[in-house]
Amino acid sequence: MENPDTLSLRTDNLAVGYDKINPPLHQDINVKVKAGEFICLLGPNGAGKSTLIKTLSGFLKPINGSVWYGEDKIEDISEAHRAKKVSVVLTDRVEIQNLTVFELVALGRTPYTGFFGKLQKEDVDKVHKAIEEVGLAGYANKSIDKMSDGERQKAMVAKALVQETPFIILDEPAAFLDLPAKIEIMQLLRRLSHEKKRGILLSTHDLEMALQIADKIWLLAQGRTLQKGIPEDLVLSNDFKCFFEREGIEFDNVTGTFLYHRVERQQITIKGTGLASTWVSRALYRVGFEPVLKECDWQIQVSNTSKKYSIHFKEELLGEYASIEALLEELGKQEALVKNFQ
Amino acid sequence: MQKGETKQRKRSAFILLGISLFVLFVLNISLGSVYIPFQAVVKWMFGFQISNEIWENILMKSRLPQAVTALLAGAGLAAGGLQMQTLFRNPLAGPSILGISSGAGLGVAIVVLLFGAIQGISLAGLGWFGSLTITAAAFLGAIWVLFMVLFLARKLKNNAMLLIVGIMVGYASSAIVGLLQFLSTKEDIQSFVVWGLGSFNNLTWDRHTIFIPMVVIGLVGSLFLIKPLNVLLLGENYAANLGLNIKRSRLSILVITGLLTATITAFCGPVAFLGLAVPHLSKGIFKTADHSVLIPAVMLFGGALALLCHLIARMPGFDGTLPINAVTSLIGAPIVVSVILKRRSLTQ
Repeated sequence: MENPDTLSLRTDNLAVGYDKINPPLHQDINVKVKAGEFICLLGPNGAGKSTLIKTLSGFLKPINGSVWYGEDKIEDISEAHRAKKVSVVLTDRVEIQNLTVFELVALGRTPYTGFFGKLQKEDVDKVHKAIEEVGLAGYANKSIDKMSDGERQKAMVAKALVQETPFIILDEPAAFLDLPAKIEIMQLLRRLSHEKKRGILLSTHDLEMALQIADKIWLLAQGRTLQKGIPEDLVLSNDFKCFFEREGIEFDNVTGTFLYHRVERQQITIKGTGLASTWVSRALYRVGFEPVLKECDWQIQVSNTSKKYSIHFKEELLGEYASIEALLEELGKQEALVKNFQ
Repeated sequence: MQKGETKQRKRSAFILLGISLFVLFVLNISLGSVYIPFQAVVKWMFGFQISNEIWENILMKSRLPQAVTALLAGAGLAAGGLQMQTLFRNPLAGPSILGISSGAGLGVAIVVLLFGAIQGISLAGLGWFGSLTITAAAFLGAIWVLFMVLFLARKLKNNAMLLIVGIMVGYASSAIVGLLQFLSTKEDIQSFVVWGLGSFNNLTWDRHTIFIPMVVIGLVGSLFLIKPLNVLLLGENYAANLGLNIKRSRLSILVITGLLTATITAFCGPVAFLGLAVPHLSKGIFKTADHSVLIPAVMLFGGALALLCHLIARMPGFDGTLPINAVTSLIGAPIVVSVILKRRSLTQ
């Protein structure tokens, strides 16, 4: 591998799309992935993330402008050469009977093996090392059709690692994983990019995760130019807010999460402190109230007794409950009663 | 540790296959409707003169060329089938999936049936010349379809479309064949049907001078495709990212499989089942997806199974030889079903 420090993947007024007849999906894209950078490409479904990913990894030709891998322009290099520049993990599901993790990862050595694809000792060592690095030690002889999605995805990452490319591009690598597996794979990728000085770009629509973990974020939405920067700058410049603005959903710059709007919220007072009252507030927000500190007609008190939660309406105790679930249920009933009464 | 175990397992499976292949080959030469003492057969095999000239003739001119035909046809069809299953990522693919066998059938039908209808000549009655014409027609038909498929392969990006085109070519060919049959005489239809049943006993040494080199080229060519086939397991996108020139690899695979299928179908008729089943059986035994194991394995297995089927087709007691298609399907279908059932119970 060439010295990755001097290399970067960059685009030069790139326009991407599926054909030249229709107007390009996105144009004037000027981005850069440096060695050791972990970048998340964020955008809603249908924003053109996959198209950009496919163009950057060489599956689609640029409609205009160009993609550079270091000194090489993507169109000018052969498949064999490109295989040593960028490796991919795609959304294509790999389900092959009787293929072991070792054999799968070893396919990543393809650009370096000879005519019959026979592995040298050096290749075997690299494959075993990569399997360990992604946390699949001991799985080498396990058949991939008997593994979970998360494990299989790690094996695909190991395949990309042994390909020894300065850049790794992943299309929605966590899309069909459950939350723990999702977090695990994202942390793994981040660690690999920093430790092994690989430039890693992945697309995702999981904004909250990307905010916490990415070195840089590229924002892509239909009909807008690509925005890029470190997560915090993008939050402060309101870019997130603009990109994800839709009816009923708002990005909250304070918490870095999405808020789900109800049209009109009934204000409700929360009395009490500590973790329990925080979660009561969240629960109340979720079901459509607006928790406030000032005094209003409806009040919830959180105390340290066994029946922690109590509802008060105009200073009058309406009931005490052991769980937030019971509280919400009762609150719904009471509120409806009061509304009918009014 | 476990790796050593599987390696050992693969080695013993290869040895077992090799031995079965050899035994079946010898049995094919020793057994037949004319009784020849085993001692004489062995003596003959080691190059000694045997006293009985009739025996020598039977061995040399009938049994040996037939055994060689079965061996090569089985190996070739199995190798082709494996390649199609990997290329199309479809367990139901076989060497005939591209429509090549149908093309061969169409070629034969045109010659046999049309000649009969227009010229009033029955090729069936023409003996040696007739059967060579049939072979040539089958080969031309197969090659024509192969070229069409190759041409389309350059245009179509998607393998699934290629698969559909192959199947459509098959339907179209059958339709034309049906039409020709409708217009033909009984004798001509008979000789077409006989060709369609498949047989390993039509090859004299003269014809082997064409058959052997063509099939051997195909088999050796298959060995050269081990790396691209392995990479294609991951699908075309991953394969392209691993540096594989997809178009060139696909073309090579189609040419090799096409050559094997066209040659074998032309000389032996459309032999069913072997090409589809042997890859599955081999994957079941060797428990691997690695083509550096599977390609040699399917060749040995295909050769052995074809020899076994041919042996059964010529079992003493039958009057003449049974159609090879009937035997391959009857023997093979239950084997495949049992393998699949066994594999299911293992995975669940």
